[in-house]
Amino acid sequence: MSEPVITARGLTKRYGEAVVVDALDFDILKGETFGLLGPNGAGKTTTILMMLGLTEVSAGTVVVAGRDPVRQPLEVKRRVGYLPDLVGFYDHMTAAENLTYTARLMGLGRDVREARIADALARVRLTDVAHKRVATFSRGMRQRLGLAELIVKRAEIAILDEPTSGLDPQSTHEFLDMIGELKREGVTILITSHLLDQVQRLCDRVALFRGGKILVMGTVPELARRVLGAGFVVDVEAAAVPGKELAARLGAIPGVLNVQQTSEATYRLTADHDVRAEAARAVVAADGALTRLSVDNPSLDAIYTRFFERRTGTEGEIRDAA
Amino acid sequence: MRREGSPWQGLGTVLLKELADHFDSPRMLLLALLMVLAAAVPFYSAVDQLRTTTSEDPFLLLKLFNPGGQTLSVVAILGFVIPVMAIGLGFDAVNGEHNRRTLSRILAQPIYRDALLAGKFLAGIIILAVNLMCLWLLVAGFGVFFLGVPPSGDEFARALVFYFIAVAYAGAWLGMAMLFSVLFRSPATAALLALGVWLFMTLLWPMISPFIAALVSPPDVRYTLLGILDPQTAAWQQGLSRISPYLLFEEATRTILTPTTPSLGPVLDQIRALRGEVVGAALPLRESLAIAWPGAVSLIAGAIVLFVATYVVFQRQEVRA
Ligand SMILES: Nc1ncnc2c1ncn2[C@@H]1O[C@H](COP(=O)(O)OP(=O)(O)OP(=O)(O)O)[C@@H](O)[C@H]1O
Ligand SMILES: [Mg+2]
Repeated sequence: MSEPVITARGLTKRYGEAVVVDALDFDILKGETFGLLGPNGAGKTTTILMMLGLTEVSAGTVVVAGRDPVRQPLEVKRRVGYLPDLVGFYDHMTAAENLTYTARLMGLGRDVREARIADALARVRLTDVAHKRVATFSRGMRQRLGLAELIVKRAEIAILDEPTSGLDPQSTHEFLDMIGELKREGVTILITSHLLDQVQRLCDRVALFRGGKILVMGTVPELARRVLGAGFVVDVEAAAVPGKELAARLGAIPGVLNVQQTSEATYRLTADHDVRAEAARAVVAADGALTRLSVDNPSLDAIYTRFFERRTGTEGEIRDAA
Repeated sequence: MRREGSPWQGLGTVLLKELADHFDSPRMLLLALLMVLAAAVPFYSAVDQLRTTTSEDPFLLLKLFNPGGQTLSVVAILGFVIPVMAIGLGFDAVNGEHNRRTLSRILAQPIYRDALLAGKFLAGIIILAVNLMCLWLLVAGFGVFFLGVPPSGDEFARALVFYFIAVAYAGAWLGMAMLFSVLFRSPATAALLALGVWLFMTLLWPMISPFIAALVSPPDVRYTLLGILDPQTAAWQQGLSRISPYLLFEEATRTILTPTTPSLGPVLDQIRALRGEVVGAALPLRESLAIAWPGAVSLIAGAIVLFVATYVVFQRQEVRA
């Protein structure tokens, strides 16, 4: 992780009166996997199109791979691979022909082209159907073919717009593995999604995005602390001895922010680190019988739901629940 | 602001792909067949008619294209069919990419939109030119075969000029079809509107424009009494008719393919005879060209204007599906 490869400053997109992307500031570092998460209509696709110079920037600047996509679109597009949401191919052509066409547009010579296409198709496991017409391909295969295009391109930066939407769990899993492979090769990845738990696996940092604004940005544990009030949720199930005030003892553990008695013998702790060991000790100290102790890693799903709930609901309510 | 890189980068690739697409597509086969079949009937009747007349006519080849008189000519049929072909090739050029959701993927490659649009336009023109060349060769070849008279150099040159005017005419319609393919997201809408314009320009405008001309510049009674057109009204009529590519094509090809000065009616012919002009004499090629030139140039200009309009609209268009 070193210098930023995508830098946005005050990046704004207006359609007439409507501000669709509102003065974004962010940096995406080299080799990083960055998740842009937000509900439909948040402006994710619009942001991506501005980075590629495919739509005009209304105000502000964005620099991609050291270049301005408005002035040097070809230089930017040579280095950036883009997998649009709902990617389409020429149905009457085969998978290999489709890739050949874009590879020629990339300006690759014949030998390089053929070698890279064969390699890319193998990596996305489409070698068997390389010479089948794309018309016969399933959604998942098309998506993989789209990824093969980025591999052929040897893109430094891969921009994937909702790459897993519409895929079944199995295909999603495979697809995310393939993205993981790109990541290991050092490709900087920008990914947008609604499928949070899956993105969580991949992303180094995420930004929650709505109404054209980035609301919070950071690593998942960081966001958990800021949004949920804590990163870790520990469930304790223990038959407590009356009068020993187990709840109070649990609450006294350093780092625990909140204790909630969810039923007669279960407690839910929210803490800023994993407090299982201390919780166990507290139960023993209170002469309780510990029957279950578990910790939830902070889930992006919970963060996301909680965060956007909080935006629509009242602030206090959520605090209490946490 | 200067853009880096050449706007034509990728043009060749797009052109080759589009050509291959056209050659593979059943649509193009269908359109070519339509053209040949449509031309076969007037061609056959022209051959029939010419065989009965003496073979002393110096412009046999040209008569094959345009026998004159009341018979339906190959040229008239082409005036009709070429727009249909051009619309058929162009109506889904850009919106088709949108609907297949290939546009954003293609434009994310290091090319400008210019290359995509120009590649598609050039491919369409080449396809049309090849088709027309085939038809031209068929007519000329069969004509010489059936009539047994080889064409003169002058005749050949005229037939060739006719070919280029036909290609320019095709280009104008292709430009319009592509403009509609950018303006309308639905290919069906684009095709219907283009065909609507075609019907209007080829069938309705020739009927309406004289009325409008008479309204704008009412003919003087003195001319009406003589049974001839007021020159002022005639000028308006001609100007208005030139809005229609069909009439432009008609006018330009008529002058090229009919070297003998056309009769302008008994009275005018008399006046011209008095002034020493010979009615029915062959005009030299250079003079025919001079007369046909503005029409041909207008067609080319039309094609260019339509292409530029398409380009301007496409540049500002959103790529997202
Ligand atoms: N051409 C346009 N004119 C006006 N508004 C537009 C245009 N294109 C998009 N928008 C608006 O911009 C907003 C953001 O759209 P965008 O596609 O960027 O959202 P998104 O975050 O990608 O959503 P999704 O998750 O549905 O893909 C939407 O509210 C949309 O209505
Ligand atoms: Mg989107």
